[in-house]
Amino acid sequence: MSNGVFDDVQVIPPAEVDDVELYHAHSFITKYVFSQDAKIIAIQYSATAITIGLVGLVLSWLMRLQLGFPDTFSFISPDQYYQFVTMHGMIMVIYLLTALFLGGFGNYLIPLMVGARDMVFPYLNMLSYWIYLLAVLILTASFFVPGGASGAGWTLYPPQAILPGTPGVEWGIILMLVSLVLFIIGFTMGGLNYVVTVLQARTRGMTLMRLPLTVWGIFVATILALLAFPALFVGGVMMLLDRVIGTSFFMPEIIQAGELLGTDSGSPLLFQHLFWFFGHPEVYIVALPAFGIVSDVISTHARKNIFGYRMMVWAIVGIGGLSFIVWAHHMYVSGMNPYFGFFFATTTLIIAVPTALKVYNWVLTLWKGNIHMTIPMLFCVAFILTFLNGGLTGLFLGNVVVAVPLSDTMFVVAHFHMVMGVAPILVIFAAIYHWFPKMSGRMLHEGWGQFHFWVTFLGSYLIYFPMHYLGFVGVPRRYYEIGETSFVPPSAATLNEFITIMVLIVGFAQVVFIINILVSIFKGKESGPNPWNATTLEWQTETTPPSHGNFGDELPVVYRWAYAYSVPGVDADFVPQNMHPDDVKGSGSADDPSGHH
Amino acid sequence: MVLAVALIVLTVGSVIFHFWSPWWWTPIASNWGSIDNALLITFWITGVVYVAVLFFTAYCLYKFRYRADRRADYEPENTKLELWLSGLTALGVVALLTPGLIAWNEFVTVPENAVEMEVLGKQWAWSYRLPGKDGKLGTTKTKLVTDDNPFGINPKDPNGKDDILIEGENLHLPLGQPVKMLLRSTDVLHDFYVPEFRAKMDLVPGMVTYFWITPTRTGTFDVLCAELCGVNHYGMRSNVTVDDKAAYQKWLGKQKTFAALYPKAAAGEQLAAVRKDSKSKQSVQ
Repeated sequence: MSNGVFDDVQVIPPAEVDDVELYHAHSFITKYVFSQDAKIIAIQYSATAITIGLVGLVLSWLMRLQLGFPDTFSFISPDQYYQFVTMHGMIMVIYLLTALFLGGFGNYLIPLMVGARDMVFPYLNMLSYWIYLLAVLILTASFFVPGGASGAGWTLYPPQAILPGTPGVEWGIILMLVSLVLFIIGFTMGGLNYVVTVLQARTRGMTLMRLPLTVWGIFVATILALLAFPALFVGGVMMLLDRVIGTSFFMPEIIQAGELLGTDSGSPLLFQHLFWFFGHPEVYIVALPAFGIVSDVISTHARKNIFGYRMMVWAIVGIGGLSFIVWAHHMYVSGMNPYFGFFFATTTLIIAVPTALKVYNWVLTLWKGNIHMTIPMLFCVAFILTFLNGGLTGLFLGNVVVAVPLSDTMFVVAHFHMVMGVAPILVIFAAIYHWFPKMSGRMLHEGWGQFHFWVTFLGSYLIYFPMHYLGFVGVPRRYYEIGETSFVPPSAATLNEFITIMVLIVGFAQVVFIINILVSIFKGKESGPNPWNATTLEWQTETTPPSHGNFGDELPVVYRWAYAYSVPGVDADFVPQNMHPDDVKGSGSADDPSGHH
Repeated sequence: MVLAVALIVLTVGSVIFHFWSPWWWTPIASNWGSIDNALLITFWITGVVYVAVLFFTAYCLYKFRYRADRRADYEPENTKLELWLSGLTALGVVALLTPGLIAWNEFVTVPENAVEMEVLGKQWAWSYRLPGKDGKLGTTKTKLVTDDNPFGINPKDPNGKDDILIEGENLHLPLGQPVKMLLRSTDVLHDFYVPEFRAKMDLVPGMVTYFWITPTRTGTFDVLCAELCGVNHYGMRSNVTVDDKAAYQKWLGKQKTFAALYPKAAAGEQLAAVRKDSKSKQSVQ
C-alpha cells in the first residue's frame, strides 16, 4: 500500500558517495567571523538583515509622523520624506526580507533539514555573506553622501530617478544601484549553493517528495531569484550607465527646466518591464519560504500532518512558474499597450487558484488537529488572516479595470504591506520563536512573546485595514502631504493620526522582541534538543545548537515524510523522519493503511 | 480560545467598518460606472470568502484546541476535497474576471466620436491643448519646447496654429461628450488623475499615452499627479471643470490659440534658436 510519500520505507539503499570531509576552522576568526559554517553564516545574515531592517522601521516612523501630523515636524522636508520612502521600501523588500528568508533561514535550515553536513560550497557561501554586508554598508553610506540618499521611490523609475528634481541624484542613486548590483552578485553565490545543496546533498532516504515544505519553499524561491534578479541586474547597470556616462537606455528626449538634455530615444517603459520582471517574482521569493515555514510550524504545533502535502508542493512550483508571466499587472496604468491588460489580468487571477488552495490546506491542517496555542502557532494564524486579506485585495489590483482607480493610491500601499510586509514578517516571527531553541538551546520568554504577538498582530491590522479605505477615497500614495482637496474629508486626517500612533506602538513592541532575544540567548529557559516534539531532522541532532557538521559520526537516514504526527497505532504523537520503522513503538506500524481514511 | 475570539472580532469589526466608516469612493463623474460595478462585485466575492475562511479558522481553533486526552486525526490528503475547493475558487476567479475584462474591453475601445484633447505634464504643472476649428491637434516635438513654444508644437504643421493652449488654468470639458485624453510629458513620468473620473494613465516622456472618458456630471474636480515625479510631486495640482454645452462653448470662446499666444514661434522663427540649445548636454551636478 506504500505510495512512496506518506508511508514508511523499511530499507534505504546505501549511499552512493562517501561523506565529505569539511573544512575545520581552528581560530576564532575562521570559526565565527570568516566562517564557512552555514549556521554561523545564517546568523550573520540574520543579524545584519534585522539590523538594517530596524533602520527601515525607524524610517517608517518618520514617514508616518509626517503623514499623521503634517506641518508639525520641521525636520522632515519633502526631500527627506521621499528619501525615507525610498530607503524604507528598498531596505525592507531586498535587504531585510530577501536576505533574511534566503540568506538567514535558507542557510540555517536547508543543510539541517535535508540531512547534509553543510552547504555544498562553503567558501562561496562565506563570500556571499560578506558581499551582502558590503552592499548593506554602501546602501547605508548613501544617507551620508552629498545630496543624501535617493528619493526616487523604491521602484527607481527613470527618467526621474536620475534627473535633478529628485533627491539623491548626485550620489544617492549611484550608491543605490551599486549596492543592488553587489547584492545580486552576493545572492547568486548563496543561491547556487541552496539549489545545489537541495538537489545533491540530501541524505539517504530524503527523496524530494519527503522534503519538509520549508525546504521546498526556500528551494523554489531561490530558483525564482536566480532567474529574476538578472533582470534587475541589467536594469541597474543600464541605469548606472545612463546616469554616469550619459547613455540613453531609458532616456528619451527630455526638456527639463527649459534645458534640452542630450538624451535621445531611450525607453522609460523598458526599465519598468525589467524592474517588474524581477519585481513580481520577488513577491514570491519572499512569500514561498514563508508558505513553507508556515506549513511546517502549523503542522508541528497542531500535532497533525500538513493537509495535502503533494498538492502543497505542486502549488509552490505552480505559483513559482506563474509568477514569471504576471509582471505587467504592476504596469496597468504605465502607458504600455493597453491590450496587454487582458493577458496579464487573466494570468494574475489564475495564480489565485493555487494560492487559495494553500490557504485552505493550512486551515484544513488545523481541522481535527490538537492545537497547541504556542507563540509560533499564534503568529501562523495571524499570518493566515493577513495573507488572506492581502491576497483578496490582490484580486482587486490584479483585475485590470478594477486596478485603474486604485493604482497609485493608498489602497496599493495597504495591499502590499498586508501581503508582503506584515504577512511574511509574522512568519519570520513564528520561525524565530520556533527555531530559536535550536539555534541557542534556550526558549524565548513566553510572556514577552505574548505581548509582542498581540500588539504586533492587532496593531498591524489596525494600521493597514483602514488604510485601504483612504485609497478608495482616492488619496494618492507617495504624497508628502495631501493638502487642500475637494474630495478628501477632514476625517481622513484623523484616520492618518490614528494610523501613525498605531505604527509607533507596533514599533515599540519590536523593541520588546529584540530585548527578548538578547536576554533569552543568555537567560532563557533551557529547551532541550526537541522542545516542540517535531519530526524533521534539525530537531534530531546530537547536540543543540548543532555543532559544525550538523550531525554526529553518522548522517541520519530518512524513512518517512516530515509529517508523521498523530499516526494511528503509534504511541507517541510524532515519529522523527530518521527513526527506523522497527523502533517505532505502538500497537500498529505507521504505514498501517487503515490509518489513512 | 482568545485567538478564536480575536479572529471573530476582527472579522465582524471589518465588516462593520466597511459599511459604516465615512470613507468611501467619490461620487462618479464619468461613464466608468462599469469600473465601480466590477469593484463592487469584487468586494462581495472577496468579502464572503474572507468572512467564511476566518470564521472556519476560528471554529477550528476553538473546537480543536489542545486537550491532553485527545489525539489529532491523521489524513495526509483528500484529493476530492482539494479538487472541489480548487474548482470553486476557479469559478470565483471567472466571476471576477468576466465583468472586469468586459469593462476593460470598453476601456481600450475609444468611441469614434471622441474628441481629442491633450494633457501636457512637466515638473510640476499641468497644461492642456485643445484642437482649434479644424478639429485636429498639430504635431509636436519635445525638441521644439522653449519658453516661446511651451508645447513644442511644430510650426510647419498647419493644424497646430489654431490649437487652443491652456496654461495655469482649469481644463474645461463638455458634459456628455466622449473625450480621448492624449497624455504627453516632456521630462519625467506623471499620471493624470481625477478621482471622480476613475480612469487614469501615466504620462511617459518619449511617447503619447491615452485614455478616454465621457463626463457625466457638471462640477469642478481636482487633478492630481499619481506617478512620483520628483520632490514636488504632491504639489502638482490643477482642476478640471465639466460644463454643460452652452457654458463650455462660452468658456471655449475666451481661450487663445497658439498663433495668438506665441506668434513668433507659430511663425517658425524660434526654430533656429532651439537648434543651438540642443547641443547642451545633460548636466546633473
